[in-house]
Amino acid sequence: MAGFTSITAPAAPLPLANVDTDKILAGEHLKTISRSGLGAKLFSGLRYDEQGAERPDFILNRDPWRRAGILIALDNFGSGSSREHAPWALRDFGITCVIAPSFADIFHNNCFKNFILPIVLDRALVDQLLDDAADPSRCRMRVDLPTQTIARANGEIVDFEIDAQQKDALLNGIDEIGGSLAFLPQIERWERASQLIAPDIPLDVPSS
Amino acid sequence: MADAPRTIFQKIWDAHVVATLAGGNALLYIDRHLLNEVTSPQAFEGLRLAGRRVHRPGGTIAVADHNVPTENRHLPIADADSRIQVETLERNVAEFGIPYVPLRGRAQGIVHVIGPDLGLTLPGLTIVCGDSHTSTHGAFGALAFGIGTSEVEHVLATQTLIQKQARNMLVRVNGRLPAGITAKDLILAIIGRIGTAGATGYVIEYAGEGIEALDMAGRMTVCNMSIEAGARAGLIAPDDTTFAYLQGRPLVPAGEAFETAKASWRALRSDPGASYDKVIDIDATGIAPMVTWGTNPEAVVTIADRVPDPEAMPDSAAAGQARQMLKYMALEPGTPLAGLPIDVVFIGSCTNSRIEDLRAAAATIGDGHVASGVRALVVPGSGAIKAQAEAEGLDLIFKAAGFEWRDAGCSMCLGMNPDRLKPGERCASTSNRNFESRQGPGGRTHLMSPAMAAAAAVAGHIVDVRRFG
Repeated sequence: MAGFTSITAPAAPLPLANVDTDKILAGEHLKTISRSGLGAKLFSGLRYDEQGAERPDFILNRDPWRRAGILIALDNFGSGSSREHAPWALRDFGITCVIAPSFADIFHNNCFKNFILPIVLDRALVDQLLDDAADPSRCRMRVDLPTQTIARANGEIVDFEIDAQQKDALLNGIDEIGGSLAFLPQIERWERASQLIAPDIPLDVPSS
Repeated sequence: MADAPRTIFQKIWDAHVVATLAGGNALLYIDRHLLNEVTSPQAFEGLRLAGRRVHRPGGTIAVADHNVPTENRHLPIADADSRIQVETLERNVAEFGIPYVPLRGRAQGIVHVIGPDLGLTLPGLTIVCGDSHTSTHGAFGALAFGIGTSEVEHVLATQTLIQKQARNMLVRVNGRLPAGITAKDLILAIIGRIGTAGATGYVIEYAGEGIEALDMAGRMTVCNMSIEAGARAGLIAPDDTTFAYLQGRPLVPAGEAFETAKASWRALRSDPGASYDKVIDIDATGIAPMVTWGTNPEAVVTIADRVPDPEAMPDSAAAGQARQMLKYMALEPGTPLAGLPIDVVFIGSCTNSRIEDLRAAAATIGDGHVASGVRALVVPGSGAIKAQAEAEGLDLIFKAAGFEWRDAGCSMCLGMNPDRLKPGERCASTSNRNFESRQGPGGRTHLMSPAMAAAAAVAGHIVDVRRFG
C-alpha cells in the first residue's frame, strides 16, 4: 500500500444514497487491533444472511464483481462514524476506487490516508457508469489518476477533478507524518507560547 | 486581517495555524486529543512500526468506552475481543506515558461526556478524537471534530493535523423552544430541514435566542449531532452559562487564572458583520417533539405526524430510499408515529446521557412503570454522573419503574458491547444514529429525546410526552 496510480478492474454498482460507515463495516466488526482482515466483513449486513451464508443476489457475491476493484454508489457515501475500518475493509476486499456524486467528509479524508481514490462525478455521469457496471460485459473500467480519466468499456473517456495536493499525495504515497515532523521547531515554539491555555493533562487524572 | 470581522470559527482557526502548507492546507495545532480503545490500536502500531514517539503525551487523554460492558464491571470483560482492545489501550498508554482514565474508576465514561465533566473541554481549544461525535465539545466554543485512525497517529506523533479550512454556516435559532421541547427535538428538526449531507464541508455555528437559552447539556446535544448533518464541527460561542458550568471543575484553571481565562473567552464570539458561507434560520417556537421513522436522522417527523408515503414524494430517488427504509423499519405509510409499539428503550449515549437528561427521564416516569414486555436501559454517560444521579435518588425511580441501571459506556448506541437489539426489535432511543443494524443486527431505531423515550417505556408505545402522565 504505497500510493495509487491506476486500476483496471470490474466496477460494482451499489445504487444507494447515504451508504453509512456502519453499513460498510458494522460496529460488531470493530473489535480488532489490526488494519487487515476486514475484507470478509465488508457490507456484512447486505452480503450475508442471519446464518452467515452469502446472499446470492448481492452484487459482491456474484461474478465478475467478486473481484471488483471499483465501487460506484450514490450521494453522501460514507456518512456517519469516523471509523477508518470502513476504508480498511474496502481495501482489504480489493476496492481501491469509489465513485459517487458526493462523499461524507471524514470518510473522504480517510480514503486518501489509505490510498483509496474517491472520485466525485455529476449524478448523470454516475448513472451512466452504474449502467455500465451492472452489465458483466461492460463493467470493467480503467481509472487512471495521472490523466484523471475513467475509460469505459465502450471506449468513451470520462474526466474527473481532484485536488492537486491530494493527487500528489496519492501518486507519491507521501508520508504525511514525516512531512509534519519537519515542522517540529515551529510546533514547539507554538507550544511554549500556549502552555498557559491548555497545560499538560496530569498522568493521574482527577475525578469530577 | 486582524481588523476584518471574523467568526468564532475563524478566530480559533487563526490562533492554531502553526504553518501554512501548499494547496490551501494548514498545519493546525491540536490542544486536546481524546483516545478510545476502538480507533487507536492501529495508530500506536503505526508509531511503533515507524519508530516514532508521542510528541506530547500530556496533550492526549485515553478512556475505554465503546465496547465496555455496562454491568458486572468488577468481573473481567467476558468478550475476548473487547478485553483485548481494552488491554491493548492500557498497554499503549503505559508504554507512551499517556494519561488514562481507568475502566473501574469513578471518572470513566463516554469520552465526550468526561471531557466536559473533567473540565478538559475549554473555550477556544482545538479538540480531536477518533470518533465522529467529537463535535459535542463545540458546545463550549471549542473547535472539535472527529478524525480517522491515520489522523490519530498523526496527532500522537506531532500534536498537529493537516487541515483545509472548512466553510462556515450559521444556524440562527430564533425565539425559544416551547416548554417541554428539548435540545434533541431542536437538532432533529434542524437535521430534518437541512438533511444528512446538508452541512457537508461546513463548520456550523449555532446562535440566537433559542441557543442562548439552552443549558450546557442541551448545547452539547445540539453540537453532538452536527455530524448527523454532515458538518465537520458545530460550535456555540461561550457565555455566562458556559463559564458557570466550567468553574470549579478539576482541570479548569482556578482562582485568578479562571478570571483571566474568562476575560479572554469573552472575546470568542463572532464579530458583528462577520460573513458566513451559508445562513439558516430556524423558528424555535414552532418545534414539537421529534421522532425518526427511517434509517437516517433526516428521516424525522413530529410526534403528531404519520409515517410518510413514498408515493407522494416528488423525487424518485428519495421515494426509492424511503421505500427501502419503510421495509427495513417494518412500517406502513400513513401510520401515526404515536401509538407505535416498542420492545426496547435505551436512555444513554454521548448525545443524551448527562445528569440533565436523566433528570428529565426520571421526571417523566414519576411513579410509572415500564410496560409489560418492554426492556428498558439507563446507561449514564460517566461514573461521576451515575454517582450524582444516585445522590439525587434518580436511580431509585428508574429501578422502581423496572429500568436496568447500568455502568457508563457507549452501550446500545452502537452495539459493540453486549447491549444490543435483537433482529426485528423496535427501540425508542436517545442516541444519535438510526442506521440499519446500528444498535444490533436487524434492530429498528427511533431517535427521540430522553423524556419521549421515558414516556415510551411506560406507555409501551411511542407517545407524545406533552400528553403523557
